[in-house]
Amino acid sequence: MKITVTVNGDERTADVEPRLLLVHFLRDTLGLTGTHWGCDTSNCGVCVVWLDGKPVKSCTVLAVMADGHTVRTVEGLADGATLDPVQQGFVRCHGLQCGFCTPGMMMTARWLLDHNPDPSEDEIREAISGQACRCTGYENIVRSVRWAASHEREVAPR
Amino acid sequence: MQVPAHFEYERATSVDHALALLAKWGSEARVVAGGHSLIPMMKLRLARPEALVDINDLEELAYVRLDGDALAVGAMTRHADLLASPLVGEHYPIFHEAERVIADPVVRNRGTVGGSLCQADPSEDLSAAFAAVGAAAVIRGPDGTRQVPVREFHTGPYETVVAPGELLVEVVVPVRPGGWRDPVQGAQRRDRFEAATGGISERSERGWQGPGGGSAYEKVERRVGDWAVAAAGAAVWLDGDTIGDAGIGLTAVGAAHFHAPEAERFLRGSPATDAVLAEAGRIAAEHCEPVADQRGPADYKKHLAGELTTRALARAVKRARGEA
Ligand SMILES: Cc1cc2nc3c(=O)[nH]c(=O)nc-3n(C[C@H](O)[C@H](O)[C@H](O)COP(=O)(O)OP(=O)(O)OC[C@H]3O[C@@H](n4cnc5c(N)ncnc54)[C@H](O)[C@@H]3O)c2cc1C
Ligand code: FES
Ligand code: FES
Repeated sequence: MKITVTVNGDERTADVEPRLLLVHFLRDTLGLTGTHWGCDTSNCGVCVVWLDGKPVKSCTVLAVMADGHTVRTVEGLADGATLDPVQQGFVRCHGLQCGFCTPGMMMTARWLLDHNPDPSEDEIREAISGQACRCTGYENIVRSVRWAASHEREVAPR
Repeated sequence: MQVPAHFEYERATSVDHALALLAKWGSEARVVAGGHSLIPMMKLRLARPEALVDINDLEELAYVRLDGDALAVGAMTRHADLLASPLVGEHYPIFHEAERVIADPVVRNRGTVGGSLCQADPSEDLSAAFAAVGAAAVIRGPDGTRQVPVREFHTGPYETVVAPGELLVEVVVPVRPGGWRDPVQGAQRRDRFEAATGGISERSERGWQGPGGGSAYEKVERRVGDWAVAAAGAAVWLDGDTIGDAGIGLTAVGAAHFHAPEAERFLRGSPATDAVLAEAGRIAAEHCEPVADQRGPADYKKHLAGELTTRALARAVKRARGEA
């Protein structure tokens, strides 16, 4: 089945089987391997991408369901060579160790800051509560998101 | 890697189109809404539909609004949108309390109200909440529209009254305290309420308003985002200090139809005291038949059924009195 999905602003057309999952479409068909694939059971959140502007678990969405819709992945965060403030926060505050959970965490964090520019620690923890990190203990992830929030408010208000 | 078996994919552009597609594919077709129950089942090959009818583009089914004296929730309303709706919070805090503990925020962006009810998982939260408030499911099929009380909607685990070829389109919740969809019952309830309170309910554009109604949801889960070990929802309407009407919904504890009618009957006409609410919890638990699983032993779940019923009732009563 022929589908056209707008991924990070570009229209991408491909012939896919209806049973192909969005996460595999992004990684294998389009080569966008920034989106990770973990539990395969909608529990771990490493596969989180935006579908029509909202974070979703792409291991539980069919690629054909995204036909005619808009997807944003971690590759669509940076503006050219300039990292998104959320990415900068993860760099500065050691928000990652192995990096496996990081793309999903950053996509959710970006969405959170777009809707709540000054989230409390609790609000950040709630937002990422469907996503697992096995390395950081979450402490530095929260710090990274808070850094991005204050950076955006002070340095580059949107 | 979990991959569903082969199927044909169809996308509906309207409710009528969805019904036509379901008719075309017959009993081998399945509707896919958020897909957060169905796709995992297809990945595990527990479900092998020949065709999927995708209803995600049906914006016409994504709404929360007041419709006369009822709160109307479209089947394609996402969990996140029910949670964010101020209208829901104003009339039935039970839904916000339930939604806050359903899955996690990312899953809630995708899963729908209609999909939750139709999945009919024995641990599903919204079924208990809708049973507690006495909601009705609006079902459309080739022969038109019918309404079924949520308390009669589930016919067994993973089974509902929705037939192949039919679509759940809306869930309607009578608005407290006089607001019942049945006009005769609604008027009677309103008159009783007004007689008891000196006629302070007022008919506004938002339906029947006034103190006297309250609702709440209580859930115990092993960890954030998990399915319930046990959960209870309660709705209470007070006539002064007397319980005029009460609704109790239970999930994950083997309550038939997610409902506790015996405890409700006991409450009607009783004073809203701690002892009465505790006894209602005991009666509710008595009629549950939980099964032991990885979430806990049966006696623990039975204990929770009673305790959570009492706690939900207590908070609902507080709200009905305007104290919470
Ligand atoms: C990680 C995770 C945790 C979860 N935790 C919880 C929890 O704690 N509590 C809880 O209650 N739920 C939980 N859920 C379930 C979640 O709420 C699902 O979204 C919901 O059960 C199904 O909704 P859906 O829109 O995804 O339905 P789908 O998966 O699309 O459909 C489910 C079933 O309903 C049918 N269907 C869907 N819509 C209609 C319709 N309008 N008319 C007729 N048939 C229809 C489908 O054919 C299918 O059989 C969890 C899910 C996940 C993935
Ligand atoms: S791979 Fe999607 S949630 Fe784990
Ligand atoms: S950094 Fe390793 S899982 Fe999060």
